[in-house]
Amino acid sequence: MADFVMPTLGSDMTEGTLVEWKKKVGDRVTKGEIIAEVDTEKSAIEVESFFTGIIQQLITKPGDTIPVGTVMALISEEGKPAEEVEVKVEARPVKESTPSPVSEPIVSSPTEPGRLRISPAAKQLAAELRVDPSTLRGTGPGGAITLSDIHTAAAAPTNEQPISSADRQAKMREIIAAAMARSKREIPHYYLSTAIDMGRAMTWLKEENLKRSVTDRLLYGVLLIKAVALALRQVPELNALWKGSAAVQSPDIHIGVAVSLRQGGLVAPALHHADKQSLGELMTRFQDVVKRARAGTLRSSEFSDPTITVTSLGDQGVETVFGVIYPPQVALVGFGKVVERPWIVDSHVVSRPVVTASLSADHRVTDGHRGAVFLSAIDRLLQEPAQL
Amino acid sequence: MNRPLAPDETRQTVLRLLGEIAPEADLSLVKADVSFRDQLDIDSMDFLNFVVSIHKTFGVEIREADYPKYSTLNGCVEELSANRTR
Repeated sequence: MADFVMPTLGSDMTEGTLVEWKKKVGDRVTKGEIIAEVDTEKSAIEVESFFTGIIQQLITKPGDTIPVGTVMALISEEGKPAEEVEVKVEARPVKESTPSPVSEPIVSSPTEPGRLRISPAAKQLAAELRVDPSTLRGTGPGGAITLSDIHTAAAAPTNEQPISSADRQAKMREIIAAAMARSKREIPHYYLSTAIDMGRAMTWLKEENLKRSVTDRLLYGVLLIKAVALALRQVPELNALWKGSAAVQSPDIHIGVAVSLRQGGLVAPALHHADKQSLGELMTRFQDVVKRARAGTLRSSEFSDPTITVTSLGDQGVETVFGVIYPPQVALVGFGKVVERPWIVDSHVVSRPVVTASLSADHRVTDGHRGAVFLSAIDRLLQEPAQL
Repeated sequence: MNRPLAPDETRQTVLRLLGEIAPEADLSLVKADVSFRDQLDIDSMDFLNFVVSIHKTFGVEIREADYPKYSTLNGCVEELSANRTR
């Protein structure tokens, strides 16, 4: 029997409200299939099943607001004996938490009835922020109260009314504030930037788009995303999440793309396996994810999977981005506006379209040298656009 | 489209499509000669989606090189009118 739990979709999520079950008891679900719609403080999210099997019990009701890690449904996994299912359904208490990919290190001590599981650092922070940890439900391993729990509790309003649009905006601002403050407090950022000649890429894109119908054309942003994805193969240290006290590299390359929301705030959903997608496929997925981000129908894996974020502020006229890493990611790549600049080619000064690429990276994970190798790889890849 | 639209009708249709791209915008405030991107919060993706909507709604082919012609309300109306007479 497998627990389908309220997933954690980033360091800033502590709870969610079940909007709707997409399946009923007895339905078969496959891994990755959407099983529920959950409303978070940021947006509505379609939550995917992590298992393949038959739904045995739907525990949570639509409208229930529950902490991350709480068991919402029970799924009998394929190949598991039926009697085991029944015993566990009756005996299983609702869990208060599951390991979060972004949880802080905790003090692992034998569980004692009534004893709080909280690290000294979280305890100290709770005192500083005047948060009573005994009133919290921890999201760390075994229900441990994490630093993130304390920050969220400190920022959270005390009432539990349904989230209105205005409330959601305010809440999103608080969440972004908490995540960014945490990032700046905990992550020793270093910054690098380089100017990239986009002449070849822009010429290639213009010719490529001539061959495509208006519905299939590429934005130059997908070239940047693909270049970042391929560069991560060369510098895999940057394709990682910070877990506990170490970085854990991801076997796959999922790029988070920063999408500004019309009502304010932003999200950075994943373009999965971006290194393996053709530019056309990537463009289709990019359009889809932007559309769904703004419609509030992103999926849980799109929040939890990215290891790096790409943001482009060129449309707003910005030339250089100094980004803040979104924890538990370990890097962010920013692109500015493509501008015409004097450029030396074969000892001659010529005008070239140039974009400034910047890297914000976690110094606990990489050093400037590897960051520089990464930016150089992006540059090289963009000089061969047909190979992207 | 089964029949040519009058300029006013074209203008209203373009505004409707624009409203679908930028639902938060007050379309009554859109200045006809000012670039959409200078008066509304739309980015490259939004503008591409807008052009695709024009293409699907009016049945016109739009070259990438002609995108600037569709960057204002007046530009859209003029280009779509010219397109019908070509």
